Amino acid sequence: MTEATMETTRPSAWRKMLGNTGVMIGGTLLAVIVAIAVLAPVLAPHDPLAQDLTRRLLPPFWHDRAVPEHILGTDHLGRDYLSRMIHGARVSLGVGLGVILVSGAIGITLGLLAGYFGGWIDMVISFAITTRLSLPIVLVALAAVALGGASLTTLITVLGLLLWDRFAVVTRAAAQGLRHQEFIMGLRAIGASRARILFLEILPNMRATILVVVSLEVANVILLEAALSFLGLGVRPPTPSWGLMIAEGRDNILFDPWLIALPGSALCLLVLAVNLFGDGLRDITGPARK
Amino acid sequence: MMLDIRDLRVSLPTERGLLNAVRGVDLQIARGQTLCLVGESGCGKSLTATSIMGLLTRQAQITTDRFEMAGQDLTRKPAAGLARMRGRDVAMIFQDPTSALNPTLTVGRQLTEGVMRSEKLSRRAAEARAVEMLERVGISNPAARLAQYPHGFSGGQRQRIMIASALMGRPKLLIADEPTTALDVTIQAQILQLLGELQADLGLSILLITHDLGVVAAIADDVAVMYAGRIVERAPARDLFVRPRHPYTRGLLAAIPVPGVTPRGSALPAIPGRVPGLIGTLRGCAFRDRCAQAAPDCAADPVPRHGIGAGRFVECVNPEEAST
Amino acid sequence: MLSFLSRRLFVAFCVCVTVSALSFALMFLSGDPAIAIAGAGGRAEDAEAIRIAYGFDRPLIVQYLDWIGSAVTGDLGQSIYFNLPVTEIIGNRVGVTLTLGFISFLVALAVAVPLGIAAALRPNGWIDRIALIIAVSGQAIPSFWLGLMAIVVFGVWYGMVPISGAESWQGFILPVIVLSYYAVPELMRITRSGMIDVLATDYVRAARAKGLPMHLVISRHALRNAVLPLVSLAAVQLGQLLSGSIVIESVFALNGLGRLAWESLLRSDLPVVQAIILVLSLLYVLLTTCADILNAVLDPRLRGAT
Repeated sequence: MTEATMETTRPSAWRKMLGNTGVMIGGTLLAVIVAIAVLAPVLAPHDPLAQDLTRRLLPPFWHDRAVPEHILGTDHLGRDYLSRMIHGARVSLGVGLGVILVSGAIGITLGLLAGYFGGWIDMVISFAITTRLSLPIVLVALAAVALGGASLTTLITVLGLLLWDRFAVVTRAAAQGLRHQEFIMGLRAIGASRARILFLEILPNMRATILVVVSLEVANVILLEAALSFLGLGVRPPTPSWGLMIAEGRDNILFDPWLIALPGSALCLLVLAVNLFGDGLRDITGPARK
Repeated sequence: MMLDIRDLRVSLPTERGLLNAVRGVDLQIARGQTLCLVGESGCGKSLTATSIMGLLTRQAQITTDRFEMAGQDLTRKPAAGLARMRGRDVAMIFQDPTSALNPTLTVGRQLTEGVMRSEKLSRRAAEARAVEMLERVGISNPAARLAQYPHGFSGGQRQRIMIASALMGRPKLLIADEPTTALDVTIQAQILQLLGELQADLGLSILLITHDLGVVAAIADDVAVMYAGRIVERAPARDLFVRPRHPYTRGLLAAIPVPGVTPRGSALPAIPGRVPGLIGTLRGCAFRDRCAQAAPDCAADPVPRHGIGAGRFVECVNPEEAST
Repeated sequence: MLSFLSRRLFVAFCVCVTVSALSFALMFLSGDPAIAIAGAGGRAEDAEAIRIAYGFDRPLIVQYLDWIGSAVTGDLGQSIYFNLPVTEIIGNRVGVTLTLGFISFLVALAVAVPLGIAAALRPNGWIDRIALIIAVSGQAIPSFWLGLMAIVVFGVWYGMVPISGAESWQGFILPVIVLSYYAVPELMRITRSGMIDVLATDYVRAARAKGLPMHLVISRHALRNAVLPLVSLAAVQLGQLLSGSIVIESVFALNGLGRLAWESLLRSDLPVVQAIILVLSLLYVLLTTCADILNAVLDPRLRGAT
């Protein structure tokens, strides 16, 4: 029965998706940035870590002093800015993806359990959600990264363990709605196991909702990673992260504002792409509660 | 005439083009009479009612040839005229009384706010009238209940409150949009009876929108059958039930089981096919794809209208055959 | 109403206890807090001395009860770096954060609510489009970057406002703009969608059918109901503004709680960090609880419900 409904909804969903400007613009932009991140070693003209102290703070191409081999100039250590920007996309997307895998797994599992079983399980998990929401997220993440030792793995683990709340809230609501659907009741009647119902029947039915949350959360994570790296407690130097590049460029903002303007614009563009894509998806798939 | 509308047209812009939901509707209601507007959901009957009240969204395009209500000619400036008449000369009740009452305001406030403004009544005078109206619609201990919120009342009581609220401005015309659809069957009968009594006492004219022919049989003086944005048949209620002329009306009536007449266990005849889409122009009879008597002439525009005696007409190429 | 209130307060109390345990546990995330305080290069004897001085050698539950017991009386321990009571240090800094947070919140509300209503009254009109652009850009621009760019443009290029510090009120202008710009999108979205939902309800149509003029329909019937979801979100946003100003405070060199927390982290001054996390969490619980109670006052349906 679910097969049949899927067959009929899919083509129209796709048509809507193509007609939705947000999904089209956001999706295209996102695809370009993902491609840049994947192909970073090929695309980057220089090694993003290679320093050349004789060529420090060269300006980008629109300046008179610009040099052709460094299109976007160099930073305070003489590293090629374009190459660092390109590799920075990897960090942003990598952290985004890594965190979502952790937080999504936690949040979806908790949400499913709470929504499907209800009762005291729901009470405990709802309480955990409330508690998590009351923690000041930036500060706790900063403290955890500081104490756990700043590294990419710590960063991903910490953010993953902290950002599962929206997944849990949304899946919980969706599971509550699906629990009383007839096909689920039917499966229970014929004695399907709980795990089977939860993960093979209920979960696939909320794909669209979860996809929307994923996009919202990826944007959130990218901004958080940038903020933490900016504060010096996220990605560790010399790794090229856009947030870290802004922090490093901060000392020179009076004379070389492009040092922060460039990575900041890249961040805006990426987050904008993800948000447009996510909002468009939400419009297409119907109301998903935030 | 309490209400006289000629050639009402309502169009709504949609993503796929202009939706011509109401395509030239004529409605007349005499003083103290009840006209039931009947049709399937999506035929444009609710839009007709809402546009008479002037409560459609800004995007809707509405035109009429003539629009007279309660002795006032609104043809030229419907918006300004309606703004003065809403709540005084004409009032409206809705399908779902639960959603038609504001959950965050007391019943008393919602009953009195209209007349306190339109008739410049004091709070005391307005509340006195609210008590009178609540009593009239059968709410017990009305004075004490003014301070309560809607969630403290049952569905039937809420619809009574809605009716009381509509009567506050002493209207001449009451528009009721599916007023019993959301209620239990026993409550439905009570509400219909109440409407009938009020009409007799106050000389109200009622435009009642419904898809339920049982409601029509209980309350209507006249019936207008609406299909795909047009009135295809209009008749005094008794005549319509006894001798339906339009094939669509006959289909509707045939779909109701009559105890003692319909053989037990026999399948009720359903009207085959689906309602046509109303985006863009529709030529000829909108019902012809579903009609057993359809002929090549049915595609011609306009569909001929046959008057049959006073206050009765049918819009069909071949009503003679349809009447047999 | 009473049962709703007591139930809500009980949950808030449980959250407070859990949050305090979590912020206490944070101390031990690195393994041994004594080593963390002594620093990576610290000698083992130093760590041992610290361990005894701070009582880290006692069982965890005893340490927690000791800490929370003093916290209830307003004693949040000693700062290792300043060698002053944590309560005193926080007291000196909290004013800046509260000022910044509340003013930004009020500015955000003053922009978001009217704009959201205007957008809802004419969906796809030009106000709606402007609102959409503000919302989309506000959610995409990292606030710390916006702050830096604002410093470059307004402070350095045009020299219009002070670029750091809170010595005068002008120092708050840029931080408030940046921080409220961060809060506007969500507030505006929920005002707009709440308003659109409410405007489509039968009771709004019924109010118009009664002959009420549009401005009364909006102020009396629509706004009151549209505001219900806004109240909860506003509490959450205010909480986020207060705890999230950490980044903005460091950009604009404002000596608030956030900057204090950040500096304390870099100095391994853990009692201060712990206390700030606790204070911000409790503030958040207080705000959301107030919002729930306010909602119950505004919505008579909630009062009857448990």
